[in-house]
Amino acid sequence: MPTALETLAEALAVDGRPARIEHGLLIVEVAPDAVAMTAARLAAELAFDLLLDVTAIDWPERPLRFDVVWHFYSTQRRLRVRLKTAVPERAAAVPSLTTLYGSAAFMERECHDMYGIGFVGNDDLRPILLYEGFVGHPLRKDYPKEREQPLVPYRTP
Amino acid sequence: MTADVRGDPIAHAGGRSAAFEYLTTKKDELVGWARKFSLFPYPFVTACCAMEFMAVSSSPYDTDRFGAALPRFSPRQADLLMVVGTVTHKQAPVLRRVYEQMCEPKWVMAFGVCATSGGFYRNYAAVQGIDRVIPVDIYVPGCPPRPEMVIDGIMRLQGMIARSKHPIVTDTF
Repeated sequence: MPTALETLAEALAVDGRPARIEHGLLIVEVAPDAVAMTAARLAAELAFDLLLDVTAIDWPERPLRFDVVWHFYSTQRRLRVRLKTAVPERAAAVPSLTTLYGSAAFMERECHDMYGIGFVGNDDLRPILLYEGFVGHPLRKDYPKEREQPLVPYRTP
Repeated sequence: MTADVRGDPIAHAGGRSAAFEYLTTKKDELVGWARKFSLFPYPFVTACCAMEFMAVSSSPYDTDRFGAALPRFSPRQADLLMVVGTVTHKQAPVLRRVYEQMCEPKWVMAFGVCATSGGFYRNYAAVQGIDRVIPVDIYVPGCPPRPEMVIDGIMRLQGMIARSKHPIVTDTF
């Protein structure tokens, strides 16, 4: 008898291939244009009522440079799903999930701060952890790790 | 004996002056002695060093023994700015404004290694020591510092206060 996770893996099959199960977590990798549809299914049909995190991974050597990653949790079924999609640097944009999950608004702002990912449909992508005037995206691999952008002019020693 | 003589201590001591009726000292020493035992700290607490700040403030370490127990949560009422924890670039303008709002005389303690030098945070976010933003009188490193180190820092600061000049009239006042 298949477990709840395996049944869910079948339900979230992409092109007939079931989703991957790793570390008790279901991993669904989709194309960017399928993100909105998959997230809508998770929210509406499959009872995934919590959006836990929105983040990204920078792979500087890949043509599709960024993985954008969402984590969902179902408080009824106690299951976790990771949704991943890969986007290139030139068109680093994915649909916003703010219409499905209110918590997406702030987490997408953070992801935009740190990686420069655009979230189409989120109208408020002002800096949330960084500040106005900060140049660049500090969690991209090509941001120099010691570059500082002080708001207060430093005192001379 | 009439009533108006009864309140006179010299008359009570049999006409002689009692001990410590007056003393001679230097103005700077007197003011320094008074100031070093009445430090009113403003805790600018941003991170995990706060736990150690609480430990050193309360029993059994008890900074009250040094007259530095009562935290003032308005910089205008404080004369010791204790910067406890990591300060980020986004926070630096706030820290500088707090410092500017404190009245003279004022002293600054960098509490913990992050406030001292940025600690192990060498990245886009952390200020590499608060002395880049405001002048610092005493550095207490450690992650977090032991209460003994903080007490030692307070005592050294008291020594500095006792030894320094305390002008009553300054250029600005």
